[in-house]
Amino acid sequence: MKQENNKAHKFGMVIDLDKCTGCGSCMVSCMSENNVPFKEDESNKKDSITWMRVYKITNGKSFPDTEIVYLPRPCQHCGGKGDHGHSPCVSVCPATATDYGYDTGIVSQIYTRCFGCRYCMGACPYHARYFNWWDPKWPEGMENYLSPNVSPRMRGVVEKCSFCYHRYQAARDKAYVDGRDDIEEQEYQTACTTACPAGAIVFGDLNNPAHAVHQIVKPDPHPDPRNKHIVGKSRNPNVFRLLERLGTNPKVYYLSEREWVRKAGDNYLEGEWDEIKNHHGSSSHD
Amino acid sequence: MSEIENKTENGSTESAGERTAGDTKDDKGLGLGVIFFIVAFVVCFLSGTLLFPKLLYSKREQPFNFDHKLHVGEAGDCDSCHYLREDGSFVGIPKLATCLDCHSEEPMGETEDEAIFAEEYVSKEKEVPWFIYSRQPDCVFFSHAAHTQSGGMDCVTCHGPIGESTSSKPYQENRITGYSRDIWGENIWGFKKNSWDRMKMDDCAECHKQETGHQGYCFQCHK
Repeated sequence: MKQENNKAHKFGMVIDLDKCTGCGSCMVSCMSENNVPFKEDESNKKDSITWMRVYKITNGKSFPDTEIVYLPRPCQHCGGKGDHGHSPCVSVCPATATDYGYDTGIVSQIYTRCFGCRYCMGACPYHARYFNWWDPKWPEGMENYLSPNVSPRMRGVVEKCSFCYHRYQAARDKAYVDGRDDIEEQEYQTACTTACPAGAIVFGDLNNPAHAVHQIVKPDPHPDPRNKHIVGKSRNPNVFRLLERLGTNPKVYYLSEREWVRKAGDNYLEGEWDEIKNHHGSSSHD
Repeated sequence: MSEIENKTENGSTESAGERTAGDTKDDKGLGLGVIFFIVAFVVCFLSGTLLFPKLLYSKREQPFNFDHKLHVGEAGDCDSCHYLREDGSFVGIPKLATCLDCHSEEPMGETEDEAIFAEEYVSKEKEVPWFIYSRQPDCVFFSHAAHTQSGGMDCVTCHGPIGESTSSKPYQENRITGYSRDIWGENIWGFKKNSWDRMKMDDCAECHKQETGHQGYCFQCHK
């Protein structure tokens, strides 16, 4: 396993919140790419299934200082404490229906193995997992538009974003036929990344310094000296992760030049933010 | 000796007395019970082995017979028809267009099956609705490219000597799951002798563990 880890990928994403307009293209493309089912009546949003979900956050100030930011939230593909693969959802699943791929860093979800206990939904700090309360019902003729590369889910199982893993599988197949060992950066991009009209989402291998995502995030390879469970903290002062201090080590990073946005990525006690806002992945390790 | 035993047993308790009284009948009943057990076992065993598979699997014939041996002789190896596309995907059972590369105008042989093919499908430009013996469930991702190109495996390892067959066997579908019988295997007990006898997840994992040292993460073979 150790050897495999050395050349392992660590696919991740950085989302520029200053570029995101909240148009929802990522949500739409995700749903159609991944055969995400919908209900007859979608007005009850509590049990809508949205692998990628755009949240709206504000700075809470009144006019004219009001600012709004849209925050797209896919599955964060947590590496867990110390980035050892013990993601919150993976550690609680009693059926091994979700596991951590040490070769890609992607958290899987196997629908046929899941029996719907929903522990993972309770464990996920990001509300990234959704339960199928009904069997999917496609309007007549729409089955023909479903993607054959993603299996549809049945009633009673949990589903979530897979970083469009089927695109990785397809890219690898192409590489095999070409006789290549590995895939190119552009060969594997998630549906939301390619659909974003603002180019706010950048996807790639966080372990590969040639990839754009690595260059933006500049992940710190060493554990955070303040909390050894946190690995891969960004050395870019504008980049943050959601609830980073939990030590879940998400592979989805967010980028914003505005301080209040970065502060909105976690909950801080009074004075706490000022204390840590200037602490970014240590550059002294370079 | 026996008298004393009988006396003591009879005299001991009421329940013991009852048991002794029934002893001679019980012997007879025991014999009948054994016979009944054996008969029931044989009936259940035979019905489980012979009848159950018939109940569990529906049988359908292919649209017409396909002679693999003949085609391998004429067209060459497996990958003449079952090839990998440039984008890495696998064609599986070829479409009509591939067949038409050879079967375009005149019939190539004199078999009845080719006549059906020409009449029903070629002239009507209709795809042949083959039943696929090795079709996996929806949730399975299988990469032919990874196994044949990168792994250097032969088709025979998983598909068996299908290239030497002269006729198409009936397609059997599990009435409950809807999967082909080839996934579970011909043997209803699930025993396998050859690597191509079954195509279940455990068989994939077994080989992966042997060849790569790890059975793989879920997403390696699931989608």
